[in-house]
Amino acid sequence: MKFTWFNLMPWQDLPDDFREKHRSVWVDIDSRLFDPVRAHHLYNEYMDLLEYSSTLGFDGIGVNEHHQNGYGIMPSPNIIAAGLARRTKDTALVVLGNSIALYNPPVRVAEEFAMLDCISGGRLVAGFPVGTSMDTNYCYGQIPALTREKYMEAHELIKRAWDDPDPFAFNGRYNKLRHVNIWPRPVQKNMPIHIPGGGSVETYDFCIDNTYSYSYLSFSGYIRAKALLQGYWDRVAERNAPDDSPYRAGFAQTICVADTDEEAERLYSEHVSYFYNRCLHVYGGFADAPGYRTIKTIQTGALSQYAPPIDGYGHLTWKDLIEQGHVIAGSPETVRQRMEELIKGLRVGNIFCLMHVGNMPKDKCMYSTKLFAEKVMPKLRDMFPEYKDDNRFWCSPIGKQAVPGSLPTEQMVAAAVGGKD
Amino acid sequence: MELKTIKTHAVPVRYIEAGKGTPLVYLHGAGGIQLGDPLLAKLAETHHVFAPLLPGYGDSEECANLRDMLDFTLHTADVIDALGLKDPILVGHSMGGMIAAEMAAIAPASISRLALICPAGLWLDDHPIPDLFAMLPYEMPQYLFHDVEAGTKIMTAGVELSDPEWLKGFLVMNARQMGMAGKILFPIPERGLSQRLYRIKAKTVIIWGDGDKLIPPAYAHAFKKAIAGAELVSIAEASHMVPIEKTNQVAAAISKLG
Repeated sequence: MKFTWFNLMPWQDLPDDFREKHRSVWVDIDSRLFDPVRAHHLYNEYMDLLEYSSTLGFDGIGVNEHHQNGYGIMPSPNIIAAGLARRTKDTALVVLGNSIALYNPPVRVAEEFAMLDCISGGRLVAGFPVGTSMDTNYCYGQIPALTREKYMEAHELIKRAWDDPDPFAFNGRYNKLRHVNIWPRPVQKNMPIHIPGGGSVETYDFCIDNTYSYSYLSFSGYIRAKALLQGYWDRVAERNAPDDSPYRAGFAQTICVADTDEEAERLYSEHVSYFYNRCLHVYGGFADAPGYRTIKTIQTGALSQYAPPIDGYGHLTWKDLIEQGHVIAGSPETVRQRMEELIKGLRVGNIFCLMHVGNMPKDKCMYSTKLFAEKVMPKLRDMFPEYKDDNRFWCSPIGKQAVPGSLPTEQMVAAAVGGKD
Repeated sequence: MELKTIKTHAVPVRYIEAGKGTPLVYLHGAGGIQLGDPLLAKLAETHHVFAPLLPGYGDSEECANLRDMLDFTLHTADVIDALGLKDPILVGHSMGGMIAAEMAAIAPASISRLALICPAGLWLDDHPIPDLFAMLPYEMPQYLFHDVEAGTKIMTAGVELSDPEWLKGFLVMNARQMGMAGKILFPIPERGLSQRLYRIKAKTVIIWGDGDKLIPPAYAHAFKKAIAGAELVSIAEASHMVPIEKTNQVAAAISKLG
């Protein structure tokens, strides 16, 4: 199993009447709610938490990309990952990911991921999302019906920029580049790639064809995800993929651990409620630009991953959220049982653990994280022993890594270059 | 009034044909057009009307190869050629007006009579056009109709939101149609037309509902200013769906072209 401690980086100060007074947490969220000085502290706190979790045995720490979004203040995950690369070791940096259709030209992604891979000594796990409709279409102005074509072209360009040792010309529809020749190049020859998807057959096939891991990053939990992941595994079988390794799939799950189930409710329910009520308050008009999803996907009946339940999340109680699996919370044993159900039920080898929820303060987050790392994670390690050596979807760091901050002292410099002592 | 199909270079095109008389080509707006459309019916009393559907509209085949404004413009010129028409009266509503204006600007010798009904295609910073692509269906009537209540009735006829199959059908239709429209309208319905309008040689009538809340009348004046000799017909108590709200007045204004 690969456990990644994942942080969405939510804004923590959305007002109590946010739902009533504001139409959306995303796209046209009121900038007056943002406080840069507060953000200074928040970014540092979130990066501290990511670094802290890397010391507890998580396989990876994860970041992602959203724009104009009150529950994800991370338009550039690469900036955060660069900071984390310097202050962590051994842990994978899971950047899930860069919305490659948004970069002009997309060689920028090839370059920045190569930089991250070099700085971190081959610890990058890369993600190539199409990006949500809110991010890609409404914030970044991409034409919905052309987004996927542009995405596919960007993918082809990035892969070739990594793999082709010689300069090449790229005559794409969206990118015309006469001299592609990126410096630096990534450490990893086969970059592990995870693709966030929302149920389209095209994305299933894209992952199967390229040996990429398919990630379902939902907030609605493992019970509702069953049909979607089953669709993926059916497709894996139908397409005669060489294996059905669980590492071909990943899933994001909100997890809160405490000493007892009761303590979990007492400690975390207000933060879970903040997340589901305020952070997911997305105006319906931004959920799914027409043309963004393919006709085939709509015909499967899979509604937009961001379309809330018809009557919203607002009425869901702690009990509902737990019973319906949106959130896995409770004592270590409760969480272990439900995680086992999730892992077996969905057949997923990669778990993106959403351990920071909404406006959760750092002490509670550390408490929950440590309990999960010490009392839950070890018991879930060997779920798929037959695939324990499958490393195709994970990073392969170099052996001897540089130690940040290991410059010689000024005295040593003086002695070495013959200056005065 | 009949729905027919004609082959073109890009894709087979569905079109509505009706009436007899001077040939007139009508380009529909982003919402599409159906058999029985009142303006087509009115125009068909005096004209031979052809209303081609953009690929993906109604039951017509989609065409992934049409991506940008030039593709849309040349494709529509191909449709007119395929129909065997030469210099028909060219009429366009909203998105259709944008395409019609482009056609008249790109090939001024081929289009000598042009009617633009509240066309898209320009952008004025002082008069931002509401984002049609971020509107929920129930929000649309207030932008599209002068009589919002009557407009709501028109737009909600046959709507069965509680039926998942109906909803799926609606989402598919919306993705096909508005996905296509988005190629020239999203996120801002402007693709450089203002630089080309000076080329139009056609006798031009610009028709606008003076209460248009989607593309406000400031745009009528911008079009009038940019097209030499254009006449502006302003229609009272009408919004963006002026062809439905004031069918006879719109038809009369178009008939000034012959």
